[in-house]
Amino acid sequence: MSDITQDDVGYVAPAENAEQDLYHPKSWITKYVFCQDAKVIAIQYASTAIAIGLVALVLSWLMRLQLGFPDSFSFIEPADYYQFITAHGMIMVVYLLTALFLGGFGNYMIPLMVGARDMAFPYVNMVSYWVYLTAVLVLIASFFVPGGPTGAGWTLYPPQAILSGTPGSDGGIILMLVSLALFIVGFTMGGLNYVVTVLQSRTRGMTLMRMPLTIWGIFTATVLALLAFPALFVGAIMMLLDRILGTSFFMPSIVELGEHLSYSGGSPILFQHLFWFFGHPEVYIVALPAFGIVSDLIAVHSRRHIFGYRMMVWAIVIIGALSFVVWAHHMYVSGMNPYFGFFFATTTLIIAIPTALKVYNWTLTLWKGNIRLNTPMLFAIGFIVTFLNGGITGLFLGNVAIDVPLSDTMFVVAHFHMVMGVAPMLVVFGAIYHWYPLITGKMYSEALGKFHFWVTFLGAYLIYFPMHYLGFVGVPRRYFELGDTQIFTESVGQLNAFISIMTFIVGFAQIVFFYNMFRSYIVGKKSEMNPWGAASLEWMTPEMPPGHGNWGKSLPLVYRWAYDYGVPGARDDFIPQNMAPKDVPMEKKARKSTRKRKS
Amino acid sequence: MNFFRQLTEKSWLPDENGALSIRDNNVSDTASSRVGLKVFLVVVGFLFFLLTVSYAGRMVYEDWRPVPQSWLMWQNSAMLFMASVGLYFAQISARQDQWNHVKIGLIAAGAFTVGFIVGQALAWQQLVDKGIFELTNPAVALFILITGLHGLHMLGGLVAWGRTADKVWQRDKFKLSIVRQSIENCALYWHFLLAVWLVLFFLLFSGNDNMGILLTICGFK
Ligand code: HEM
Ligand SMILES: [Cu+2]
Repeated sequence: MSDITQDDVGYVAPAENAEQDLYHPKSWITKYVFCQDAKVIAIQYASTAIAIGLVALVLSWLMRLQLGFPDSFSFIEPADYYQFITAHGMIMVVYLLTALFLGGFGNYMIPLMVGARDMAFPYVNMVSYWVYLTAVLVLIASFFVPGGPTGAGWTLYPPQAILSGTPGSDGGIILMLVSLALFIVGFTMGGLNYVVTVLQSRTRGMTLMRMPLTIWGIFTATVLALLAFPALFVGAIMMLLDRILGTSFFMPSIVELGEHLSYSGGSPILFQHLFWFFGHPEVYIVALPAFGIVSDLIAVHSRRHIFGYRMMVWAIVIIGALSFVVWAHHMYVSGMNPYFGFFFATTTLIIAIPTALKVYNWTLTLWKGNIRLNTPMLFAIGFIVTFLNGGITGLFLGNVAIDVPLSDTMFVVAHFHMVMGVAPMLVVFGAIYHWYPLITGKMYSEALGKFHFWVTFLGAYLIYFPMHYLGFVGVPRRYFELGDTQIFTESVGQLNAFISIMTFIVGFAQIVFFYNMFRSYIVGKKSEMNPWGAASLEWMTPEMPPGHGNWGKSLPLVYRWAYDYGVPGARDDFIPQNMAPKDVPMEKKARKSTRKRKS
Repeated sequence: MNFFRQLTEKSWLPDENGALSIRDNNVSDTASSRVGLKVFLVVVGFLFFLLTVSYAGRMVYEDWRPVPQSWLMWQNSAMLFMASVGLYFAQISARQDQWNHVKIGLIAAGAFTVGFIVGQALAWQQLVDKGIFELTNPAVALFILITGLHGLHMLGGLVAWGRTADKVWQRDKFKLSIVRQSIENCALYWHFLLAVWLVLFFLLFSGNDNMGILLTICGFK
């Protein structure tokens, strides 16, 4: 097929979304505070998420102080310890990663990558952020109420979550549940936007299968979140009623301190089902955007089209769908029917197939690629390794017989930190470095970026690798201290101390990252347009950083997928998505290109 | 174009049509507000689905004491049905540009919806009067939760209804297509929440016996 040019089909002006009046800020307040521009909302989401994430980081230090050096820090009481782990887990999973990937990257990238001027419903989008911020503030407020924040564990299992023996069972748990409910309401508003924008606001030529994988990851994750969060919402509301009005949704009849409470007939297991029906998809809400982003980073920085694009898209969608039928693998020890256990173990292992396919395809993309080992690429490769590592321990835990002894040990902690703590954070960093020039117009310091990568990556392995071993020898999770337990050798204590020290080193190394970001923003050298030579649309805006309305006078037209790297015959090693076939600069004496690639 | 067909596109091959005009081929002509509403309704549907499963899961225990039937709830259901009919009438009339009929339909829908909400509140009151408002009875608690959440959704609907009415009465200030879309969206929302309500109604007032088969199929029993 020879290239047909625009003129052959007659010029079609990009269709503007008729209903969408581009919003024009009138004052400073509406421009920077109550702003409806998705790019500003993205920055707001991301800064809030990172700020609260730093709180969670400090909490993890406090936990590690206790675990590494028990008896040395008298200001950490057992109750404090439980409050730290609870707040740490909840913040990291929900308030940091979910908000950062969907609210932050989603808002920034979706309109730019699909060629839209803004989100479909900018006003709702703005409200979404403010509801999210309120949820964060309510969460913070729970630290200051009498009794402190809840210490129920991030899974909030009843009945203990609302009984007086658990720290923070006064105001703490109430504010936690209110905050979650708010978060979900806010997220739903944002989520509707992300989905509808992808479905409705793509520019001409941007078919679904021409969208970069970043968008596919964010889109699918949003759909998952829209369907999974209602389960948490229902659970939170029911528990709130149990706590405040004394209903018995989750509370069986119970004797506390010799006193028979008025609860009767509720089912704690029902909460576990609701929680994990949300909880497992949640891990993919975090993982899928990371998958998508990492695919794009790898393609751009190895100058190759992503291997097996179509399968990558399908794998994302299939993983998303499957993630709704595996939730009970978190409940093997809840006394469930063995046949259910068998069913859920099977579905769990099946997910490994599309996941493995993705890992192969990333590797095959790198294969013979023209790899540039710059900071984003390092983080992307770090992700693949780490995710593979965590995925394999997941296969262990997915089997009932192996999971039962490992359940509630440090092995589980190691598994999920590898797979949903470290791996997605590596992608977050890689993505920030990759799009930093686009967002700020400046270039960051490559040397500091590489330093940041090596300390973070190696440090994370030094922290979490030994935890697998601790889990094997039986060290339980969520224990304030091990005391004089006979079965644990001295090496357990030494290892714990080592891990704690590493935690501090890695944590402090993040200062380098923030320093790099701030310094480069102020004194960094101006970045040229499209510094990586990327083919996807977000780099094709007339200004960088993109201005209000993104595209200047008229929307871009899209002629190709987002991965035209190293096209035979073309002069440059990439062809932008919005470059018409007739405009593509050709090599001097290029043979007639067939450009048939198998994928 | 069908979503799954689109997923099989071999986008790495050179484009045969130059700039594919996706607005003609791929992206639907449906207004974004309608797509958004549909996605939202899926979320709402999921919420009530989860409540239904929770309810059904609890029903199967021996000590289940369901809330007794009351004629009031039948009456409320009828009201909600009438509200939906009113909106359907408005919807049809708007398509035919008969704006007086639209107004009648909207007013009827609003009035019946308010009637429904008040009726639901009275049904709660009835439970209190009969002395069966025990929150520790899971059936009662679920009843309150489910009707409450459904009622809140209807209240939210009334806000949208108000904005639609505003557009209809000040029609000259808006584009015709926007006014029509607004009515269509309202109608969809009401029809959907009516359907949800009918399922919930069946659920709340069916004893263990007539649900038995269903519960067995779903593996609860
Ligand atoms: C093939 C892939 C995976 C398999 C087979 C798998 C399996 C499991 C199993 C069976 C457990 C329960 C362990 C226990 O509590 O005893 C678990 C825990 C966990 N997994 Fe995975 N997993 C996989 C991938 C992931 C991914 C991709 C993420 C996140 C991005 C993730 C995050 C978590 C978390 C957060 C927990 C701990 C939950 C808690 O109890 O607090 N997993 N995994
Ligand atoms: Cu899981």
